[in-house]
Amino acid sequence: MTHIDHVSGGLPADDIRADGLDAHLVVDRGTFCLDVALRAAPGDVVALLGPNGAGKTTALRALAGLTPLTDGHLCLDGATLDRMAPESRPVGVVFQDYLLFPHLSALDNVAFGPRCHGVSKAEAREQAAKWLDRMGLADHHGAKPRRLSGGQAQRVAVARALATHPRLLLLDEPLAALDARTRLDVRAQLRRHLADFEAVAVLVTHDPLDAMVLADRLVVIEHGRVVQEGAPADIARHPRTDYIAQLVGLNLYKGQADGHVVRVDSGPDVATSEELSGPAFVAFPPSAVTLYRDRPTGASARNLWRCQVAGLETHGDQIRADLTGELALAADLTTVAAAELNLHPGAPVWATVKATQTHAYPA
Amino acid sequence: MTELDKSGAAAEVLTGGDTRGAGPRRPRARPGARGRGVPLPLLVPALVGLAFLLLPLIALLVRAPWRTLPDQLTSPEVWQALQLSLICATAATAVSLVLGVPLAWLLARTEFPGRGFVRALVTLPLVLPPVVGGVALLLALGRNGVVGQLLDSWFGITLPFTTAGVVVAESFVAMPFLVISVEGTLRAADPRFEEAATTLGASRFTAFRRVTLPLIMPGIAAGAVLAWARALGEFGATITFAGNFPGRTQTMPLAVYLALQNDPAAALALSLVLLAVSIAVLAGLRDRWMTAS
Repeated sequence: MTHIDHVSGGLPADDIRADGLDAHLVVDRGTFCLDVALRAAPGDVVALLGPNGAGKTTALRALAGLTPLTDGHLCLDGATLDRMAPESRPVGVVFQDYLLFPHLSALDNVAFGPRCHGVSKAEAREQAAKWLDRMGLADHHGAKPRRLSGGQAQRVAVARALATHPRLLLLDEPLAALDARTRLDVRAQLRRHLADFEAVAVLVTHDPLDAMVLADRLVVIEHGRVVQEGAPADIARHPRTDYIAQLVGLNLYKGQADGHVVRVDSGPDVATSEELSGPAFVAFPPSAVTLYRDRPTGASARNLWRCQVAGLETHGDQIRADLTGELALAADLTTVAAAELNLHPGAPVWATVKATQTHAYPA
Repeated sequence: MTELDKSGAAAEVLTGGDTRGAGPRRPRARPGARGRGVPLPLLVPALVGLAFLLLPLIALLVRAPWRTLPDQLTSPEVWQALQLSLICATAATAVSLVLGVPLAWLLARTEFPGRGFVRALVTLPLVLPPVVGGVALLLALGRNGVVGQLLDSWFGITLPFTTAGVVVAESFVAMPFLVISVEGTLRAADPRFEEAATTLGASRFTAFRRVTLPLIMPGIAAGAVLAWARALGEFGATITFAGNFPGRTQTMPLAVYLALQNDPAAALALSLVLLAVSIAVLAGLRDRWMTAS
């Protein structure tokens, strides 16, 4: 994330960026009002995270032009999109249930966008074929959407959205319609495609894990307002509301898996219950962390790290401890436990996590 | 509640309690479960009603001049009327499609003040006596009609008592069937497919043409068949607006009516043809309607 307005100096902070997304979305529906500011540089993947009814999908529809703005502005790569018709916007959308046209083959679904942009039929189909091949769907060009599996349909939907070369890619709950097993594979694939995508991507999800894996920045929305935004790890360690503490309470690390161990990049090993190899993520909730003032003797947990308390935040009757040291992590404990441990910023602690409470999955 | 349960159980015992034990596993294998206990006050009128609907058709088949039928059907008058009927009904269906599908889209997909009222007006010809429709058409498109006057003086076009007039009268009566059918299908279709097309760069019309139209094609086809059948049988509006000139405006129903007065055998033959067409239409629509139960 490069903030051009900081680098160029002297320009006011709210100056419109030359590249990327600069939006202030206001949609007033009487009973519900969305008021969200979004900024992103090309290459950024931003996740809108929030509970159902928070306004995430409304924000996405406003970006696509499917829901008109009541107020605010929407600029993409320096151009104003506020009043532009949705069909003229350089925006691609992957809908929650994909909305693949049921009467068209996978190939024609992907070719639909280029055709609408004036590309000849033969050329559009050629481009579409390349996209499908890139998505690993070379064998499914002629398949109708109802013949595709959930994961395949999702990839066709992504290919269809990317085929128009959008400058802003919007994904509405891209993994929600998939079953748990397909989800892991598709998420890993989607992550690679998003990493390759050179323009701005905004995805909406209610699943913090999806958000943390796919996005480099989270924007948490509640009741139509942004309550917190920042890097996933920062939000997990310094949640601003109880809801976020609960929702984004997740320690997530990237590393190399080897059997039941994930070597965290520039960090220690984390033992997991899953067996994997190659690039992987490993995650565990703060509630799975147990803290000790002295090195526990005979502890069954294989994950034992020496840490230091960097900060403490109270959320209800829970305290979230922000720890640094061998492994930076967030830990939840009760106020009573915190008092017994005499935790205070700077205090040294031992943190343990049971391997059975961690989850590893391919990156 | 318990009272009801008890009486229900009692009824089970009376009618064959031993099936009850195996009941949950056997999926409704009780023979005659439907016929059992139909009350007479319902059964008798139902059978009379059924007979009432079927008897005329059976009479038509019984009294049909089967032996002379080939001659009747190949007579130039019958052939002429049949040809004219098919051409006019098909033309009226085409007019209904060209005007009715966009009208259905407007009613289903846009918001404008008084939309409910407009929809009521569109369906009015469904309940309006066709003769009244014919009179209204004369007042609008007749040589001295509100619009007909202008058509006559500006373009020299006169519609009443011409073949085009038949098409106009049939379209007026048949189009609401198509509009209602297509609008229903449009309402059932997911409008978000159009949104998806829009985000891919399709204009609203392109989205309609390339996405919505193919998706609602079954509804359009059903509506077109319905409209065609209605146009084929149209009598009142046609005879009022277009008259009864053999070869020009005399369609099958008109020919049947006329023939009944001087050549009943011909009328029977013509009626049989129309009956055959109706059955064919019903067969064509069976997937849509007959599977309702």
